[in-house]
Amino acid sequence: MKGKQQTRRLLTYAGVGAVATVMLSGCGAQYQVLDPAGPVGQQELNLIVASVVLMLIVIIPVIAILVYVVYRYRDKPGNTAPYDPHFSDSKVLEVIWWGIPIIIVAILGTETVRTTFQLTKPPSNATPITVEVTSLDWKWLFQYPDGHVATVNYAYIPVGVPVNFVLTSDAPMNSFWVPRLGGQEYTMPGMAMTLWLQAAQPGVYYGHGANFTGRGFSHTTFYVTAVPMDKYHQWIAHVQQTAPALTQTDYRQLSVPSVIGNETFSSYPTGSFENTVLQDGGKYMAESMQMMSKLHPAAGSSTMPSGMTMPSTTPTHKTGHKKHN
Amino acid sequence: MPPSHLSHWGLLITGDPLIYGADASIALASIAIVYVLTKYKKWKWLWDEWLTTVDHKKIGIMYLIAAILMLFRAGTDAELMRTQLALPNLHFLGPEHYDQIFTTHGTVMLLFMAMPFIFALMNIAVPLQIGARDVAFPYLNAISFWLFFFAAMLINISFVIGGSPDAGWTSYAPLAGSTFDPGPGENFYLMALEITGIGSIGTGINFLATILKMRAPGMSLMKMPLFTWSIVATSILIVYAFPALTVVLALLLIDRVAGAHFFTITAGGNPMMYINMFWIWGHPEVYILILPAFGVFSEIVSTFSRKTIFGYKSMVFSLLLISLISYFVWAHHFFTMGADASVNSFFAIASMLVGIPTGVKIFNWLFTMFRGRIRMKMPMLWTIAFIPCFTMGGMTGVMLAAAPADYQYHNSYFLVAHFHQVLIGGTLFGMLAAMYYWWPKVFGFLLDERWAKWAFWMFNIGFYVCFEPQYVLGLMGMQRRMYTYPSGLGWTDLNFISTIGAFIMGLGFIFLVWDIIYSIRYGERDLTGDPWDGRTLEWSLPSPAPHYNFAVIPHVTQLDHWWELKQQGRQDELRPKASEMRPIHMPKNSGKPFLLGLAFFVVGVGFVFEWYALAVIGFLGVGALLLARSFEAHPDYHIPVDEVVHTETALGRL
Repeated sequence: MKGKQQTRRLLTYAGVGAVATVMLSGCGAQYQVLDPAGPVGQQELNLIVASVVLMLIVIIPVIAILVYVVYRYRDKPGNTAPYDPHFSDSKVLEVIWWGIPIIIVAILGTETVRTTFQLTKPPSNATPITVEVTSLDWKWLFQYPDGHVATVNYAYIPVGVPVNFVLTSDAPMNSFWVPRLGGQEYTMPGMAMTLWLQAAQPGVYYGHGANFTGRGFSHTTFYVTAVPMDKYHQWIAHVQQTAPALTQTDYRQLSVPSVIGNETFSSYPTGSFENTVLQDGGKYMAESMQMMSKLHPAAGSSTMPSGMTMPSTTPTHKTGHKKHN
Repeated sequence: MPPSHLSHWGLLITGDPLIYGADASIALASIAIVYVLTKYKKWKWLWDEWLTTVDHKKIGIMYLIAAILMLFRAGTDAELMRTQLALPNLHFLGPEHYDQIFTTHGTVMLLFMAMPFIFALMNIAVPLQIGARDVAFPYLNAISFWLFFFAAMLINISFVIGGSPDAGWTSYAPLAGSTFDPGPGENFYLMALEITGIGSIGTGINFLATILKMRAPGMSLMKMPLFTWSIVATSILIVYAFPALTVVLALLLIDRVAGAHFFTITAGGNPMMYINMFWIWGHPEVYILILPAFGVFSEIVSTFSRKTIFGYKSMVFSLLLISLISYFVWAHHFFTMGADASVNSFFAIASMLVGIPTGVKIFNWLFTMFRGRIRMKMPMLWTIAFIPCFTMGGMTGVMLAAAPADYQYHNSYFLVAHFHQVLIGGTLFGMLAAMYYWWPKVFGFLLDERWAKWAFWMFNIGFYVCFEPQYVLGLMGMQRRMYTYPSGLGWTDLNFISTIGAFIMGLGFIFLVWDIIYSIRYGERDLTGDPWDGRTLEWSLPSPAPHYNFAVIPHVTQLDHWWELKQQGRQDELRPKASEMRPIHMPKNSGKPFLLGLAFFVVGVGFVFEWYALAVIGFLGVGALLLARSFEAHPDYHIPVDEVVHTETALGRL
């Protein structure tokens, strides 16, 4: 096992070197994907690096052979290179270039599968928190079941704790992406999907809708602020005391297509997230949800695999389904 | 806003100067065409020689002209977009306008530029390569072309009448549903793709039948040129993939115009089903676009290295393997839709597997050049440019196939850079290489190398300057389809560079067109019919080939039959002998395919604006034309031997 880890580390170093060379300017915070601020983004970066290194094993010889062959065998008077018009078959060569890519795909495929399954689990063992995310035209609503507060176009999360982002949309499909924390996942009407992210250090992280949603799409920016746990609780308490409540009228106002700035609310109607999911079609999905949970008995527990989950089975929704129209 | 608030009579009044400009230029161009045709009395010529033709070579030429025009149209879209993105917070284009332009850019480039370019090559080369006198169904071939042509008209008039589609070339529901996207724009997209899609299915069936049934005697499958093999693979993909598109677009159209709910989740439909069905067509479509290019490169590398293609069997096997795997990778277009980890793993590995046969092809091309004699003519230059460009595109493709890494690339400029690198570096470079390669065969003269080199260098340099920065922009978090971006994220410099690259590519295109115009007048005439010292049957014919192609159908005994005969000094064996000539059975010209296209256009306009009376009229026209055709007693005729002898003598072949 130690040897394997060492190989992986060596691969990582070689890869980081290669990527850095390609980028010339190195990795700064502007190169968001290459400068992850949490374990999820880090695992994805490791896979990116591994794929670059493995692919260079093929790319570099291809380009080198191309340059050599084109130079050596150009049609020029006096070129003394051998000319063999019927050299068109070689079992050895064929085995090499069928074989090497197969090995490369086997290695990269293994790494890919491993990471894919890993990312469906919380990135660490700390007690997770949940943030419910609703994409609207053209804004982001964040609801925090822990403190029952809500924000628009910005989010607060604690550092060092897995965050279970439960995603839905009350507008055309969008995609929730905070590059420095990790990769994206679609927000879709009528469905609640989970995306695990975690911030390793405090900071303000750029986020944006990644799936085109019409005219206001370019303005679906939001920022995620990661702060230590005690500050996070202080922030919730502060919001609870100072901000206005999110009423149903406010929500209807929010769901009208528009581009707005940040907003903060001290509370929201109980069960509003679940109701959005159900009203936007979740009620029709129940059958497939049940099927999913049978296929994956873990669904409903806090270590549920990624994918569609019945909103009422997500761990943090202890609240009832009160209609709020 | 899409102009849904306008009455149908107000469709032309948009208040946008760019659109008025387009209105004016379309009107002027139409007047100019009518004027020239009338002044030089060319109407009859146009009808007799072109609009009614069923000759695969002429249909090929019409596809080629259409493809170059559409390259200009969608390329203009690209320049407008890059201008808008050159600097942050520009207001050159508003979001509504930008959304329409990126939608039509993608739609036109893929379905109305790349597809007809491929169909042009299929028509130009396949029958000649296999020793056939036409395709299996020449009449259907003409129908396919006119369906494509009128569909292209339909999508192009959308810009000036009623507004263009604006939900992206993928047109995902629910964004493309009538709730979020009212108005005729999206209907234009659906009807245009529906009509051209029917034409494409016709072409797929036609060429599959042609290649399987009409090869010259002795040409077994394993003696076929690799371009023809690539068209076998492409046709199979078309036949099995396009029906999925036809169905999914029809369902979305029914949702939009008849209020059904296939894809509206609020009423129990499922938008994820649209995405799945779209890509069940969409991914094989990617290989429909690239496999013919692979076939072209195989021909060119072998010809210009004066060497037999390396690993012929491996090349055939890899073509078929790619087309098979391409049906099992569609979900990699939405790894981020929350599918189960095992589903994502399956599609990730299947996608990586495509890289294996593709890599094998690259090595086989390299070793075809190895120990050859490489002549740097234009077709070969584009081929050599293709290898590093496409290999890098392939590398980023495998990177994207690693599902968790894709969570970071998806919908970003990294993805945009990737698919432009494979579609331009692969498909477009292949199509251009093929254009220079077969041009003398089609038109009887060569394209001038000097101007072609300008086009080549501008286009290549422009390409890297334009698209390599976009990979980095993706890693910097820039999403695709943003009409503008803020200044504080470090995206400005790279966007500016990318825009410069786009304009260099635009210059390359101008040189390319200038080269064609220049060469019509000054290009070297091809008197031998074999300007490249070619290997396959088409080069044994005069340039351009007579309309019946082969006066006597050749007997083929080996791969690269023509080349091998030349090596042995036996090329006269492929010259026709008067004693062997028989009357030649040929299809008659017909105006019905053109009228059928027109009738479908009327149906299209009817559905776009939901004027159902018009749609019914169009459908009646379609039905009447199909009926009229089925009562046609003699759609064919025979060319008498005398006439063939006369033609061949005039060509100096007897």
